[in-house]
Amino acid sequence: MDRPNAIEMRHIYKRFGSLVASDHVNFTLRQGEIHALLGENGAGKTTLMRILYGLYHADSGEIVVNGQAAEIKSPKDAIAVGIGMVTQHFALVPPLTVTENIILGYTDGFQINLNEAHRRVAEASDKFGIPVEPKALVKDLSVGQRQRVEILKALYRNANVLIMDEPTAVLVPQEVEQLFESLERLRRQGLSVIFISHKLNEVMTITDRVTVLRLGQNAGTVETQSTSPPELARMMVGRETFGVTKTAGKPSQGKIVLELAQVAALDNKGLPALKNITLQVRAGEILGLAGVSGNGQTELAQVLDGTRLVTAGQIKVLNHDITNVGPEKVMAAGVGRIPEDRHESVVAELSVAQNMALEHLDEFTRQGVLNKKTLLEHAKKLIAEYQIKASPGDKIRTLSGGNMQKVILARVLERNPQVIIVAQPTRGLDVGATEYVRGKLLEQRRKGAAILLISEDLDEILELADTIAVIYEGEIMDILPAAAAETERLGLLMSGVKADKVGA
Amino acid sequence: MSFKIERIPAPLWARPLIPLMAIVLTFVLTATLILLANANPLDAYYYFLIDPLSSRVSAIEVLVKATPLLLTGAAVTFAFVGGYWNIGVEGQLYAGATAATAIGIHMQNVSAWIAIPLMLIGGFVAGMLWALVPALMKVKLAIDEVVTTLLLNSVALFMVSALLNGPWRNPISQWPQSPDIAATAIFPKLIPRSRLHLGFILALVIIVILWFVLTKTAFGLKMRAVGLSPHAAQFAGINVQQTMLISALVSGGIGGIAGVSEIAGIHYHLIDAISPGYGYTGIIIATLGTLNAWGVALAALFIGLIDTGAQTVSRALGVPTYLGDVIQAALLLVTLGMLLLQRYRITRTRSES
Repeated sequence: MDRPNAIEMRHIYKRFGSLVASDHVNFTLRQGEIHALLGENGAGKTTLMRILYGLYHADSGEIVVNGQAAEIKSPKDAIAVGIGMVTQHFALVPPLTVTENIILGYTDGFQINLNEAHRRVAEASDKFGIPVEPKALVKDLSVGQRQRVEILKALYRNANVLIMDEPTAVLVPQEVEQLFESLERLRRQGLSVIFISHKLNEVMTITDRVTVLRLGQNAGTVETQSTSPPELARMMVGRETFGVTKTAGKPSQGKIVLELAQVAALDNKGLPALKNITLQVRAGEILGLAGVSGNGQTELAQVLDGTRLVTAGQIKVLNHDITNVGPEKVMAAGVGRIPEDRHESVVAELSVAQNMALEHLDEFTRQGVLNKKTLLEHAKKLIAEYQIKASPGDKIRTLSGGNMQKVILARVLERNPQVIIVAQPTRGLDVGATEYVRGKLLEQRRKGAAILLISEDLDEILELADTIAVIYEGEIMDILPAAAAETERLGLLMSGVKADKVGA
Repeated sequence: MSFKIERIPAPLWARPLIPLMAIVLTFVLTATLILLANANPLDAYYYFLIDPLSSRVSAIEVLVKATPLLLTGAAVTFAFVGGYWNIGVEGQLYAGATAATAIGIHMQNVSAWIAIPLMLIGGFVAGMLWALVPALMKVKLAIDEVVTTLLLNSVALFMVSALLNGPWRNPISQWPQSPDIAATAIFPKLIPRSRLHLGFILALVIIVILWFVLTKTAFGLKMRAVGLSPHAAQFAGINVQQTMLISALVSGGIGGIAGVSEIAGIHYHLIDAISPGYGYTGIIIATLGTLNAWGVALAALFIGLIDTGAQTVSRALGVPTYLGDVIQAALLLVTLGMLLLQRYRITRTRSES
């Protein structure tokens, strides 16, 4: 190699409070390679890349771009040295056209010649082989198309290093394929790509090399060809397999506890989000609901939590109708709820003890007056039992994500609910907290709870669920036993290919 | 070198200092205005802060001035804690005053033991009713209560004005002022030959109830949950709409009591200038008192002190009484800025070389 490496990051150190997010990490990106940055949530992937893109500043360490030391203080500096980033949440202005979004902030002079701009964007689209329609409004584009606009925006600004933060998280499998084709073509044109992911299969398919981060440290860089998914998994978590495994593969023979019949509901915009959902969950069973983000999972969880009205259909717990009865009665029917958005289910400014009691205040009240002592003892008991790192009087907002989730878990599970509605339970949690949460869910399953697990993390569903249902555009595509669920089949279902056509 | 704002709460020991710092900063800021009014700021502050307490008569007057402020401050606090931005305490005060007058003028041959409770209940209910429509609009239709409660203040004032220029116009003097309430309906004086009346005790009782409800009861906790995070409160099975409705109505009721207290304790008849904006000052007091019952009490007493002082200072130094209002307004702005310091701190960061 005569040409210098595209990027060298040396001894990058970054601390947030007491958390070391990047612990003297070295990272090298060669010219024209696709290099995966692999790791669990919170391993420091995004932090490292935000430092490279100038969104964060390293406490120490240096960055070398094309053999020259670079001082990157802001995204502007990063763009100037040819680094572009496509984040999970796109930085696009929906009411503007594709062209306008691409040239936004990258114009010279006061006047904009839109025709000229359209022409240049179309030219770039041809040159890089990324099909976009310059005059289309971004709000009319699909997620995959928006991502292409983001990529083209970076390339238009002469990026020769592209950082992609979990680009496939929002895509259906077919869009993922398209993306990979584009990346491969761009690589041949000389683009270097950093590909952040925590999905092993993708990493094996698309990349040349892989760097694994674990707990803020570089756990090693390997050639993709000479490694295997189990080895990468071991590097990611520090051991060969994941800690929790479920006990039996046999479908539960327990009685049907939770039953949804032809349930429909609207989303916040008043559009149909759930159509004709029929599901049954048995005692001692975990039903995993798989699907790509935004296909009705949020609304389904809310419908079952009692915080969203259904427009048709019926929800029953042990023949007890809980359709549109509100959270209080849903809980009274024996439903425990662990919601998708932790911050929307606790009151940040109230204490741990108060939040733990909030769902059942009556039990801590005598003639309207709160019993501080009971409240405190209850909190102490749960804190000890669930190993929560907090004291009863701490405001909830001072807790880490994992501890906050444990508070919610404790509040729900202490009552041994007959039904548990749990959505994205490990999102944003570290490995330890993730295992803890999954272990607790399996424990409840053994105790005979009927659990509906809604998760966008397919690995999580495959690991925990006895039965898997796939949701797509608000409809249940198919329900199959976990043993019969191959990833490929799930992938097709998740992208809307009907069950009877699978294998045909 | 650059500055960075971090979300770090102030240490516990520093928190009581923050309101003090706000007061000091306010006086530094207003000193310029006092100088422009051709007075010595130090003299002015003496009359504002010390002189009212130096004689028994004026010290009692501070408590008289604080009475309606304690009540409106409590009213605003009760709503704000529940996440209902009631800007309409002024109107609710007028509603309560009107009801108290209507009841009081008909209490000629009735014992005080009946007349006074009757007026209090009437005032509370009138304040509640005046608060009802915007509260329902908020809870049922999500119509912004800040606008509706504020607009109803003018409506209340005009209705009182219409009453005083119509059916209640004084038949002898032809002044726009209602007939006097019956002697038995007048609040007893706490100290002979002073203006301090039963309303002050009433206000203190309401402050204690406020403290108890907010910190000791399940309903208080529900109110706080609703005010801090309606989503989480709803998720936990709390009836957000009902809770908000109750805090809005009780707030209006306390505002109504403030009106009763002014009629039965000070004026004995209804005039349209019964409140120089006590309802609005209540917002300042609730904010200065950080929505905490004892804080509200202290803030009300402090504003009562400045109000009393404003009259002395204008007599002694010839500056306009409006200076008292200016100080109150400056104090609110500075305090709001200072309250941020409770949750954030500014640190200097060195850019790495």
